[in-house]
Amino acid sequence: MKLEEFTIKFPRLPGAMPAWHGTVSAEELCALCEEAQRGGGKLLALWGSDETEQNAGYALHVALVTAPGLLVLTLPVSCDKPVFPDLSQIFPAADRMQRGVADMLGLHPGGGGNHRKWLRHAAWPGNIHPLRKSFDGTTRFPTEDDNYPFVPVTGNGVHEIPVGPVHAGTIEPGHFRFSIVGERVLRLEQRLGYTHKGIEKRFEGMVLEQGARLAGRVSGDTTVGYAWAYAQAVESVTHTTPPPRALWLRALFLELERVLNHLGDLGYLGNDAALAFGFTQFWILKEDLLRMNGELFGHRYLMDRIVPGGVACNPDDAGLLRIAGMLCHIEQNVATLKGIYDDHAGVQDRFLTTGRVAPDLAAQLGLTGMAGRASGQAWDVREQFPCVPYDRLDVQMATHRNGDVAARVIVRFEEITESIRLIRLMLEKLPQGEVRCAVGEAAEGRLGIGWVEGWRGEILVALHTGKDNRIHRLHPHDPSWQNWPVLEHAIIGNIVPDFPLINKSFNLSYSGVDL
Amino acid sequence: MYQIIRQILRTGIKTETPPQPDDTLRSQIQEINAQILHHVGRALAIRHVDAGSCNGCELEIHCLNNAYYNIDGLGIHFVASPRHADMLLVTGPVSRHMEIALKRTYDATPDPKLVVAIGDCGGDGGIFSPSNALGDKCESYASCGKVANVIPVDVAVPGCPPTPVAILQGILTAVSNLKAR
Ligand code: SF4
Repeated sequence: MKLEEFTIKFPRLPGAMPAWHGTVSAEELCALCEEAQRGGGKLLALWGSDETEQNAGYALHVALVTAPGLLVLTLPVSCDKPVFPDLSQIFPAADRMQRGVADMLGLHPGGGGNHRKWLRHAAWPGNIHPLRKSFDGTTRFPTEDDNYPFVPVTGNGVHEIPVGPVHAGTIEPGHFRFSIVGERVLRLEQRLGYTHKGIEKRFEGMVLEQGARLAGRVSGDTTVGYAWAYAQAVESVTHTTPPPRALWLRALFLELERVLNHLGDLGYLGNDAALAFGFTQFWILKEDLLRMNGELFGHRYLMDRIVPGGVACNPDDAGLLRIAGMLCHIEQNVATLKGIYDDHAGVQDRFLTTGRVAPDLAAQLGLTGMAGRASGQAWDVREQFPCVPYDRLDVQMATHRNGDVAARVIVRFEEITESIRLIRLMLEKLPQGEVRCAVGEAAEGRLGIGWVEGWRGEILVALHTGKDNRIHRLHPHDPSWQNWPVLEHAIIGNIVPDFPLINKSFNLSYSGVDL
Repeated sequence: MYQIIRQILRTGIKTETPPQPDDTLRSQIQEINAQILHHVGRALAIRHVDAGSCNGCELEIHCLNNAYYNIDGLGIHFVASPRHADMLLVTGPVSRHMEIALKRTYDATPDPKLVVAIGDCGGDGGIFSPSNALGDKCESYASCGKVANVIPVDVAVPGCPPTPVAILQGILTAVSNLKAR
């Protein structure tokens, strides 16, 4: 089967985003992935599910981004031989996702792929797979030895610096193992999974409406992105179209979330380059915006404001005026601060050429989202596959080719400017009317897709429905899956003290990938 | 440099009056300072531990460091090592994978120490804890639930996430608890 046949052979899924879903054989899966890869497409997500209750064994699902949109390929996997083709040969980003599937469901990539565990540490034994339906999520096992086989680096003068899981700053937990020669980093190996709290198991059995709150807490800093993607997925399986005003408000929230996160990170990036002034200034702006959110929408981070069927708040005209005023305040100050960052020799010295990911490496490894755009990867769902209201706004994507900290800083500045422009247009064109409609019931065995360009990159929510309007399986996918392994490359050859700066310039989610 | 100074002057002083540590304490900076000095004998050193949160609570802890709350001015600062800390600020339901790290961090913190659990998750396991047949929150294969299931907790601050003011209130309440000990 060819890619172009796929969209003809299988029907388009209902809903806001262009997505097709079909069942394929192992050979077809490999051929389609290879063709997508050759044609400049990419792997968005990979997850598994347990279909044994339907007497259908297991399944592996692969979401590819191609020219027409998102293709979701499902490969049935038998109980007797729970093996699937190793796709990391085609898409290196598949490696950790496959290891996650192996831990959680006991389906393994064939061949010489990487068989080290990933999400599992010491909390449950290797023969237990928590996402199997036969596994009761409240079962507890005694803690075992983790015994994770780190890759040893040897040679003259090589030494190791292990960091974490508890870090020196206020950040999420993870373990980094640096192999160093002199001051330079020879290799970084990440070990994540520390915040694994069983999110995917928790989703199972929830009624569709209930799942929205949990989706908004997969990665708190992207709560709007996940809530919107979840709502899209539910609306797809229930054939719901939210009122236009709701869709416009969702986009407004998503852009506010983008501005919030970029403001915060730009402040920290100044701080990490020893310009504490930057932190103070950007975080005043961030707090101003958070307070406005709290007063207008009832939550500083807009958690639970997007719900299946629409949104849970409706600003009046005075509120919209207030947003417009806030945009002017932020725009003016950010312009001044950008001038200061640009002219500051010390800051530029730290930013330029640091943590560089060249465009060809970025393409090969599948670097995505904001960090991808700073390395020449021109992908933005808002521009390429615009849903309402982005189809009316002509989003201008920010891209750069240098791929260093400086490029990621520039992309963030440009994205703030663009988001402000978009929000102004939204305020101007915001339709009147209802903001929420009733959501129907979903039939069993459906797949719903939500696909949103969050501030960090593409969020995917794949929802498989079960009986009684409940979730059979839900996979939330964070762009950090793709970008964490690239960070291991970005640090190579840099000095250890630049790691915090490089790390912050990506600012990846732990919770979003540990699940 | 001129630009920086101009922007600083234009921004002015943002720091606001801090909240009350509890009903009986007055909300003056000197009061809080005096409280901390009285109980701790110097500035209060806090070590934050994310024991499995969704990172939402971290966002608000970051905000605590912004100019509006100016916690340094109150005599509170975050430190890099538990060995330098008087207080642990713990977020999240404690994941099984962070259980040992949290216990070790607690053990590395010198006595007398305070623990403040942040957020609905820190307080009762929050949305990540499944409910058992009786409707009570229970632990799961991956989560130990609330922080108090793993280490002793002095004060729990509810909210999802709690606002910076609420977190500050929790910190100050824990400090004034020292008196009771
Ligand atoms: S309390 Fe809320 S914000 Fe904090 S970790 Fe839990 S879900 Fe996230």
